[in-house]
Amino acid sequence: MAKRIDVSGLHVYYGDFLAVEDVSMTIEPRSVTAFIGSSGCGKSTFLRTLNRMHEVTPGARVEGKVMLDDMDIYGPDVDPVQVRREIGMVFQKANPFPTMSIYDNVIAGAKLNNQRMSKAQADDLVERSLRGANLWEEVKDRLNKPGAGLSGGQQQRLCIARATAVEPTVLLMDEPCSALDPISTLAIEDLIHKLKENYTIVIVTHNMQQAARVSDQTAFFNLAGTGKPGKLIEMDETNKIFTKPEKQETENYITGRFG
Amino acid sequence: MTTTTRTPSTGASGDGPAQRQPRLLSGSLPRFAPPAVLVAAALVSAGVLAALGAFSWPGTAVLAAVLYLVAIGALSTAVENGRKAKDRMVTGVVYICFALAMLPLVSLLSTVLVNGLERLDGYFLTVSMNGVTPSMDAGGVYHAIVGTVAITLMAAVISIPIGLFTAIYLVEYGKGRLAKAITFFVDVMTGIPSIVAGLFVVALWMMLFGPGETNGAAGAVSLSVLMIPVVVRSSEEMLRLVPNELREASYALGVPKWLTIVKVVLPTAIAGLTTGIMLALARVIGETAPLVLTAGSSAVAINWNLFDGQMMSLPVFIYAQVRMGGAINMERAWAAALTLIVIVMLLFLAARLISRFFAPKLGR
Repeated sequence: MAKRIDVSGLHVYYGDFLAVEDVSMTIEPRSVTAFIGSSGCGKSTFLRTLNRMHEVTPGARVEGKVMLDDMDIYGPDVDPVQVRREIGMVFQKANPFPTMSIYDNVIAGAKLNNQRMSKAQADDLVERSLRGANLWEEVKDRLNKPGAGLSGGQQQRLCIARATAVEPTVLLMDEPCSALDPISTLAIEDLIHKLKENYTIVIVTHNMQQAARVSDQTAFFNLAGTGKPGKLIEMDETNKIFTKPEKQETENYITGRFG
Repeated sequence: MTTTTRTPSTGASGDGPAQRQPRLLSGSLPRFAPPAVLVAAALVSAGVLAALGAFSWPGTAVLAAVLYLVAIGALSTAVENGRKAKDRMVTGVVYICFALAMLPLVSLLSTVLVNGLERLDGYFLTVSMNGVTPSMDAGGVYHAIVGTVAITLMAAVISIPIGLFTAIYLVEYGKGRLAKAITFFVDVMTGIPSIVAGLFVVALWMMLFGPGETNGAAGAVSLSVLMIPVVVRSSEEMLRLVPNELREASYALGVPKWLTIVKVVLPTAIAGLTTGIMLALARVIGETAPLVLTAGSSAVAINWNLFDGQMMSLPVFIYAQVRMGGAINMERAWAAALTLIVIVMLLFLAARLISRFFAPKLGR
């Protein structure tokens, strides 16, 4: 189910502005890859190009190649909508649909795609996804209540359940815990460990302890200066990045001697 | 530490906490002070004006307002402090402005209510003016209600889809010159005087159907010329209020753009959209000038057919009756005005209920 992502020579532009320069990396299936780096260095931008979400921003475009196993997601006949069904995304701010109940939020992906499914199938999918997101026990008695009434951490797990309910092969997470308290963060990190068995997970985080805790691979992004494009500095086993990184820049960043 | 703060008076005069304590406390006026001062101000000003032999209600109100502001300011400065005095005076100004704003509204409603109720009854609402001479003590407004409902309904059927789709285009798809041009022309259309919209349709009908063709549909088209820009504007604002995160969340689930709009954006904005559309309807339901030109002003019979013959509507009925000028005509005009206001109020009530029903729910 999980797939490998191969990025080669990727440049991201906003209009004429080069935002991310020449990124090449391989993201292994059934593993967690963390992107770290200072704000504005293009981690999130790069993450969004992995499922073509950057196209939502006017003027954003990409040069280079992103292969999902053996399919080029920027190929000429590729439908971005299909790409996003394969590669799901969880955002920084939990964003359950305010007009929908918890139940409807979980099956939103399937329902909004006009997939027909029986009540039993839908019930099963909701329970499976919510259990997968460690949320079932907390909400099973109020599935018909609005999703916006949950706490922040619960909402974020609801969003993860919603993303996994369309059964993607890759899950992108853009700072999923940055607005959450430590307990909720822990719940989500546990969840990431569990999801790793079935998905390829890419997570952007500002929290280096979190990167060290959850990821197998870590990629460090940095930008050369203001107005310059962001670059991939180094990518390696998480252990190695945090103990003996090859580049001085990486070491400066992770030890806090930044700039 | 707690003991020193509890006994502020024990310290010598130089003791810090003991000196600071009194500044935290200041006298405060009792809660009944503002109304009491207001009553006193009213009585005093009425008395003064009566003593001067110049008593009048408006004069009393103005003098009482000024007296109240001065008195509450002075009282508060004496008992409380300068900041609270300012607060009380500004609060007073706010209430006075509110009263001034309410004055014309209340006066209008009460006048319409008092004058309108004289003639408004089941008979008036259920008969037309067919075969009734202007000064006869008979006849009613049913044909005008029929006309207003039919014309407004048709105007809504024309304007709501066009307006809503234009707004969706502007918010979700439009970029570049076309969107800017549409925005500009919508703004221009908002400023079109209603009589010009009527003239436009008269000319259009002249071109399409020849001279003298007056019917309800023409009225409805002229009203939609006025209604479309209002619907576009309000719907655009409401759609822009839908957070982008929701659209992104939907795209990230692999939902196509059009389905995202239909299933996520529109339901999230539905309450605001409904209110905006109802406001637009209320704006056109009272239009008189374009209807006089397009739907005619002399119909007396009940006519449900929008495409054949003149059609009376409530505003035009009021206009025609007032122009006749007899006592009975004025009574009819007031009663029709009341009917129109009630219809608009029912529209707003419906809008409120719809918004409440559809609004995103946040409860647990």
